[in-house]
Amino acid sequence: MKLRVQQVKLPLAEFDLELDFEVEAFPVAIFGPSGAGKTSLLDLLAGLRQPTQAHIQLGETILTDTQKAIHLPPQLRKIGYVPQDLALFPHLSVRQNILYGAKPDRTDDSAFRVGHVIEVLEIEPLLARAVNHLSGGEKQRVALARALITAPQLLLLDEPLASLDAALKSKIIPYFHRIRDEFRVPMLYVTHDQDEVLALCQEVLLLERGRVVKRGSPFELFNQSR
Amino acid sequence: MSSEEWQIIWFTTWVSALSTVIILPFGLALAWALARYDWPGKSIVETLVSLPLVMPPVATGLILLKLFGRRGEIGGFLHDKLNFDVIFTWRAVLLALSVMSLPLLVRSARVAFEGVNPRLEQIARTLGAGNWRVFFTISAPLAARGIMAGMVLAFARALGEFGATIMIAGNIPGKTSTLSLAIFQNVQLGEDGAAFRLLGVSVALAFLAVWWSEWLLRSKRK
Repeated sequence: MKLRVQQVKLPLAEFDLELDFEVEAFPVAIFGPSGAGKTSLLDLLAGLRQPTQAHIQLGETILTDTQKAIHLPPQLRKIGYVPQDLALFPHLSVRQNILYGAKPDRTDDSAFRVGHVIEVLEIEPLLARAVNHLSGGEKQRVALARALITAPQLLLLDEPLASLDAALKSKIIPYFHRIRDEFRVPMLYVTHDQDEVLALCQEVLLLERGRVVKRGSPFELFNQSR
Repeated sequence: MSSEEWQIIWFTTWVSALSTVIILPFGLALAWALARYDWPGKSIVETLVSLPLVMPPVATGLILLKLFGRRGEIGGFLHDKLNFDVIFTWRAVLLALSVMSLPLLVRSARVAFEGVNPRLEQIARTLGAGNWRVFFTISAPLAARGIMAGMVLAFARALGEFGATIMIAGNIPGKTSTLSLAIFQNVQLGEDGAAFRLLGVSVALAFLAVWWSEWLLRSKRK
């Protein structure tokens, strides 16, 4: 699955997000300092923001093409999004959160079937709980499960470990490995933590002030900068 | 209490409740549009909606009388084309109560919608939900207490409406007479006993409504 982000222009408060790249070797890390435009890029891909100019294509599906006036709404994009604050629905239980995006026609052998997602992320004991009573790591897994159950063709992760302490991070990272291996879903992983990139990602795009200033394998990129 | 007084209490209560139900879809749509979107003319609509709160109710009543009278823009059409009269019927009471209580519902619901984190709605969309589903499963439930409080306030406002109602519905016993109109009339006629009985009912209903609305808002904050 190739993600093409071409001739993108999106005005932000202090600068314009201007991007032109293609990625295929997922998981891909979008790495950069705070305020570089990382979350805006994810919002753009999810269809939550409209660029002034762009051609964005995932596989054969055109998500946005400003020249042809195409802007696929978020609900039709098949892109899972786990935002930084997780955005779990506070009035719904864990089970209701997870099933929010479930489709009844999912076949039993799909990797994304409810039972399998719950098993991989070890959520069974949490199902009846209220989301406000979950720990940080549990909330993280619930948000991941909720996004995975929609069988996304691309999974956007916005600093998923930023709010967790080092001990918890090391417990959550294996879940990302499992998501990568069991679901084979392409992931775009926003972070400003080199260790997370080295642990998870195949390629890194370094974003600064709305532009990709470098790209390469994590090893190459971080060795150069050291 | 006389049967006439019971009739007035009953009429006032159900017509107030009906006006609250009628303004609900319109009020929620307006509150939602004001809370979530920027559109041309938004500030004018905001001002127009709030106008009945600050204008003398009699003035609002006069505007409604001009619009819905048989020679008015809307009333003329309804009378000529549909043989349907509004002014000096119970429908005029309903109209006056609806117009006068709408601002309270809209203001309360708007604040409630603004309190819902837009990120939740956005993420619901990425999970495949269309606008209606997002509204009914995320926005409205999370704003429910504020909406309920607004409904209670609107209902309480309707219970006590006087100025606009007397302009367009008059005070026809058994037909358009509401609690406030009846209290006024009884005082005018020197029927202090009846006036104070209806006053007691008004105070009790208003107290219960406002107390419930405060309780809803308080439990929202917890």
